Amino acid sequence: MTGPGDRPGLGRGVRGILTLLRGDVQADRVVPPTGFTAGLTLWAAAAMAFLAVFALALSLAAGRMASEWGGALARSSTLRISAPAEQMDAQTTAAMTLLKTTPGVASARVLGDAEEQKLLTPWLGPDLPLDQLPLPRLIEIIEAGKGFDAAGLRLRLAGEVPGAVLDDHTRWRRPLIRAATRLRELGALSLLLIAGVTGAILTLAAHSALSANAQVIEVLRLVGARDEFIARAFVRRFTFRTLTGAGIGMVAGLGAIWLLPDEAEGAFLSGLGLQGWQWLLPFLIPILAAVVAFWATRAAARRILRRLA
Amino acid sequence: MIELDSLSYSYGGDALLRGISLQLAPGSFHFLTGPSGSGKTTLMKLCYGALQPTGGTVTVFGQPLEEMNRDDIAWLRRRVGVVHQEAHFLDHMTLVENIALPLMVSGRDLSAEARNLKELMAWVGLGARSRAYPPELSGGERQRAALARALIMSPEVILADEPTGNVDWEMSQRLLALLVELNRMGKTVLIATHDLALIRAAKSRVQARVLRIAGGTLQYAGADL
Repeated sequence: MTGPGDRPGLGRGVRGILTLLRGDVQADRVVPPTGFTAGLTLWAAAAMAFLAVFALALSLAAGRMASEWGGALARSSTLRISAPAEQMDAQTTAAMTLLKTTPGVASARVLGDAEEQKLLTPWLGPDLPLDQLPLPRLIEIIEAGKGFDAAGLRLRLAGEVPGAVLDDHTRWRRPLIRAATRLRELGALSLLLIAGVTGAILTLAAHSALSANAQVIEVLRLVGARDEFIARAFVRRFTFRTLTGAGIGMVAGLGAIWLLPDEAEGAFLSGLGLQGWQWLLPFLIPILAAVVAFWATRAAARRILRRLA
Repeated sequence: MIELDSLSYSYGGDALLRGISLQLAPGSFHFLTGPSGSGKTTLMKLCYGALQPTGGTVTVFGQPLEEMNRDDIAWLRRRVGVVHQEAHFLDHMTLVENIALPLMVSGRDLSAEARNLKELMAWVGLGARSRAYPPELSGGERQRAALARALIMSPEVILADEPTGNVDWEMSQRLLALLVELNRMGKTVLIATHDLALIRAAKSRVQARVLRIAGGTLQYAGADL
């Protein structure tokens, strides 16, 4: 007895989304336009999208940092020479000669006093009398291609430059990369949690709206409305409200990130900003929020309509 | 068109209706009467699938009600016009939108139905009130609006539950005249009422069968009251 054109069957979900996008002004009118759930949905979606922009930025920045730190530290190593003052120059020259003949070493250079001073200033202050301290000599090694054989180099250094200690930054690189990876995972988890909370809020709001409109539903059923029609009217309302709210939140979030101090200012959070094509990614947030709203409201509407039957 | 066979309905363990059999033939006019609480509204609701019988069968347009799913029931309600004593409307929509509601929910093009809508509103005497909102309507206007909404889909059957319960005598006569006219157009009409004066007034206008519910069973009262 089901009428032509509204027969249930396969692809109903896809048809539902297409109908939703196409719009139905008549169906939209049957749901009362006001109610506290309207504001709740709009502002909850805005707040969640705002947070999602930050979680996304955090995740992207963490990934970027892990890559940059890993890459930078992996390409360079440090050779530290600790020797009596009278042997320091000789061992430095020997080390440089050895490095020049080591495959996988692109360049090596001895750090000057000024550079050493700069490295030590954060720890020992600016008035450091370098000439009065028995500081080791530092050689920065830049790797080429696949890098050098660290174990082999250490063996050669042990024989030819007894005061040299090779630090290939492995000790530093691993925890940094691990921390950045964790940060990226936390950002992704935050996004999932935000999507979940958004779904939960929308489910509650849809439950509330449908329960508050029990009489509207009764009238619609009396005049022959199928549950799919009633559900669609509510789902459309919530989906577009969520899309609008999430759009507002996304713009606000992007604005806040844009206002963060940039890298040139050397601020701690400078890495949190988005770069290049990454500025486009937050535009997916309102769309994903609308998809979450569609499915959450649809499930809630069907549940309530079954209960009210 | 609508056939009840050994129909029973119990609520909370009490049998409200027992062994009721009835046929509403196409183009017939029936009054259903009985004291308040006798089960008139329940019987009406069983006829359009708002309630499921606890015994017996209800067959509407040749299909047993118990075989219908919720979508089928929705489709059935587009073919059966129902008027309630307490006519409920969507207060945020205008009167014309409320009357057009069955068209909206069935996906019909409202612009194509605009002329029908206008003629129907004029026929029930609400042509000048199309932009009014339901809370602004009088009792009589609400009943006529409910009748118009029940008719907009050109149903074959009209079930009216106490349609004159909230209106004065003059308005009840107007509503009765509209229902009689619909019957002359070939519609099947079933009116539940406890107003015997209304039934007597109808005698001169239409050949109606009068049914009475008492003690949960249906009795034929004939045309003489």
